[in-house]
Amino acid sequence: MGLSFDLLINAVVAGILLGGFYTAVTIGVSISFGILDIVNIAHPAFIILGSYIAYIVNQTFGIDPILTSIVMMPVFYLLGAGVYQIYYEAFEKRGQESLRGLSFFFGLLFVTEVILILVFGVDYRYVEAWYIGPSWHLGVIDLPLRMLVPCLVALALFGALQLFLSQTFIGRAISAVAQDQLALRLMAASPTRIKRIAFGISIATTAVAGALLIIIQPVEPSVGREYIGRVFAICVLGGLGSLPGTVIGAMLLGIVESFTSTFYGPSWAPAVAFGVLLLTLAFRPAGLLGR
Amino acid sequence: MQNGMFLLVSAVVAVAVFFGARLVNNDYVFFAGYTVLQFIVLATAWNILGGYTGYVNFGSAAFFAMGAYATVFFHKLHPLPIPVLILIGGVVSGVVGLGMGYLTLRLRGAFFAIATLALAVVLATFVVNWDYVGGSRGAYIIRPNEIAPIGPYIQYLFLLMLSLVVLALACARGIERSQLGYGFATIRDDELAAEASGVPTLRLKLVATTLSGALMGMAGAPFPYYIGYLQPSSAFGLEYAVNSIAMPMIGGTTSWVGPLIGAVLLGSLQQIATVTISSAVNLLIVGLLLVGFVIIAPNGIVGLVQDRLRRREK
Repeated sequence: MGLSFDLLINAVVAGILLGGFYTAVTIGVSISFGILDIVNIAHPAFIILGSYIAYIVNQTFGIDPILTSIVMMPVFYLLGAGVYQIYYEAFEKRGQESLRGLSFFFGLLFVTEVILILVFGVDYRYVEAWYIGPSWHLGVIDLPLRMLVPCLVALALFGALQLFLSQTFIGRAISAVAQDQLALRLMAASPTRIKRIAFGISIATTAVAGALLIIIQPVEPSVGREYIGRVFAICVLGGLGSLPGTVIGAMLLGIVESFTSTFYGPSWAPAVAFGVLLLTLAFRPAGLLGR
Repeated sequence: MQNGMFLLVSAVVAVAVFFGARLVNNDYVFFAGYTVLQFIVLATAWNILGGYTGYVNFGSAAFFAMGAYATVFFHKLHPLPIPVLILIGGVVSGVVGLGMGYLTLRLRGAFFAIATLALAVVLATFVVNWDYVGGSRGAYIIRPNEIAPIGPYIQYLFLLMLSLVVLALACARGIERSQLGYGFATIRDDELAAEASGVPTLRLKLVATTLSGALMGMAGAPFPYYIGYLQPSSAFGLEYAVNSIAMPMIGGTTSWVGPLIGAVLLGSLQQIATVTISSAVNLLIVGLLLVGFVIIAPNGIVGLVQDRLRRREK
């Protein structure tokens, strides 16, 4: 009995750590899809891009991947702002965001993946850092630092974004853009500019999420596809547009996946997210903390 | 042109294509041609849902692979003729399409798109874990070398896919000119207004998803016989999803001609690029063309031609 209790508690802890990491992966989509209504299915492609940048810098200069990712955030912000500008001019302004806008992002996802394959091949890449390898032990609980550090960084990222959205003028304007664009205009804030900033921020988070991903597991270009289902499942489960909901959704999915891997084998884990997504859509489409 | 007439004309064209290919008398023509024909079916099927109703399906690979794996399953159970397997593949994928549609089409359009993306990952997970159909190792299908009246087996497969093309095109064109097609168009243009005017939108959307899924499954059913060795990564390849979106988008989504043009152009281009450059580069070309066309020419080649004709009239 003692052994299975150990297994159980470790599965829960592993799930929470994984969920922390999923928070970082999803929080950007929570902004772009949840608040701005932009279905950016290319989000995982930007994450993989972040992973490869962390990998290159780590291999050539030996710099810590998390440090790299924080430095890269402004660059990703500009990239995101640029992508939004194209999206706005080509689709949102013409009212064609549903069919063609989706295809646009799908094309971006695909092109990024193929370019990464052409440049780096399909070999798995990994980074080196002091926290990859050792574990802390608290009684029977294992805390691999490889998982603990990403979890803490992700929660810090969530805290910073939540503060930004609730305390600053631009942050509140971002929340307002989803509710009433006319009112926003009357406050002398251009909805397009606010959306551009918000989308830029959502892509900036992928720099960090990418670095965390390559810390947790070796990365190859098509790994991103597994995250599409996860990211949107978490986003919908937590409730669209709610960052705290995203954290809860991420933790729940992390725990369920960790149980699945522990008791049925890791090859089943990718199917869990889809089950969660379909069940949520069927029974509570508004999510746990939905607006 | 009446639907019956159209069917007759396209059947005549198909027969001409088949005997034209036989005149060249080179098996490679049939191998390459089969792939192009398969893409015509996939693109047309995608367009019945995507182009006519405006709902994006990113899971073409999943529907295609379901047809292919249904074949592998029944091949191991009891050998059946391929036309029967095509029917089975169509039923399996159609039912999954119906179920997916029922769960997600009552909500906003984006949810359906996301669910189809996730569907491919999940079905791939199931197949990888299912040893009976080969699991991650894949499954071999030994195909006979010859078949009685036609000759080489690849010509038989080519002929089957050609009939599927005729079926898919007749289906798409028939829908376009029927009440069903007008119903689909109202959904695409303004779903709320359609619902308010008494169009049974959910039922129509389910018809479109089922039909589109079934045609994709039918295109997938002969695939194991074509390729001989079916692996999850080849059946669920992202290139099916990308191509079946890119082809209608590049050709034009509003009529049955668009996917046909897109598939023939892009399909042949890829066959040439695979031989002369590399298969990764040709996928890059498809992706870039897709992004370029949706930004610059939202109505595809058909739209560009129509614009030019309209300008000439003025």
